[in-house]
Amino acid sequence: MSHSNHATEQVLRSSGVDVRKCMRCGKCTATCPAFDEMEYHPHQFVYMVEKGEIEKLAASPSIYKCLSCFACVDRCPRGVEPAKLVEAVRLSVIRKQGQNHMSPDAIPALLDEDMPQQLFVTALRKYSK
Amino acid sequence: MKFSYYPGCTLKTKGKDLDRYGRLCAEALGFTLQELPDWQCCGAVYPMAKDEIATKLSAVRALVSTRDAGEELVTLCSACHNVIKQVNNDMKTDADIALRVNNYLGLETPYHGETNVLHYLEVLRDRVGFDNIKAAVKNPLTGRKIAAYYGCLLLRPGKVMQFDDPENPTILEDFIRAIGAQPVAWGMRNECCGGYVAVEDKTQAQKRSGIVMEDAASNGADTVITACPLCLYNLQKNGGSTLPVVYFTELLAEALGVK
Repeated sequence: MSHSNHATEQVLRSSGVDVRKCMRCGKCTATCPAFDEMEYHPHQFVYMVEKGEIEKLAASPSIYKCLSCFACVDRCPRGVEPAKLVEAVRLSVIRKQGQNHMSPDAIPALLDEDMPQQLFVTALRKYSK
Repeated sequence: MKFSYYPGCTLKTKGKDLDRYGRLCAEALGFTLQELPDWQCCGAVYPMAKDEIATKLSAVRALVSTRDAGEELVTLCSACHNVIKQVNNDMKTDADIALRVNNYLGLETPYHGETNVLHYLEVLRDRVGFDNIKAAVKNPLTGRKIAAYYGCLLLRPGKVMQFDDPENPTILEDFIRAIGAQPVAWGMRNECCGGYVAVEDKTQAQKRSGIVMEDAASNGADTVITACPLCLYNLQKNGGSTLPVVYFTELLAEALGVK
């Protein structure tokens, strides 16, 4: 099995998503509050994972733009749940040695006095391992 | 009525008002929130991946401790509620996750999602009842126009959260009527404010929260209410509006005369 196939298998297993259910209606992207921040939109995650194009997705800043709002998860008429693919691709990157997107050392410079603790906890959970 | 209570990290620090007014109102309305001993931070965002086990453990510990006390678990912070309720659903419905979590924790009695998780607002609606709250109000907020901001985490995913209709919720509007104020009709009440990226991408957070605050203001709200300390921070700090954003428990305390 090629490297790309392994990566695709891992993303499918980790996300639990069945990409074949997608009918390409685009509702996930239409409802995504972060879609215009993304190079690859939620519906593209679905068909690019289906085609095995994990490396392109993994190299894109799009994986850090998902707001974890579950809009695409709830509003997909086929129950595809694209956010779970975004998360699985992001994990496949940050789980590698030296690939953390944000380190705890970077946080003090980003603080303001009103920031709630849950925001840092979230940042470390979403961007680093 | 007594419940186990999970405050979460932010309610002990920046979100103290959500917690303090929540406890005061609970006593005024005849229920007690017993804080869980030794609770740990839930992680603040639900780990969606099926092979994420360690990040789900703190939520499971709170659920197990509640089960062992023979109680139901009440949360106040939207993010804690979302994480704990979704992890509970995994323990109930995903045999692989449940097996691996139980192997790790080595509990005397393995856990399979037995605990009932309630948000404070569900206690108000389903256990106390909005009619009884209305009867207990001493200072009705007559004439106030309140925009109910649900955000994402109380409602979605709807089939797991089972909190209200995720597209047409009414619980916060019913709450607003119960305390004598008028709920505002507006479209962005269950759209994301972008709070989760406020550290990584402030511009994106400003854009999203600006859209939400602009919609609340243009529909005539004098106040926005929320159950989420992250939404409150983001809407106030990054929303570019002077419209006040407060916790729903603060308005309840005001109406019940315990503030």
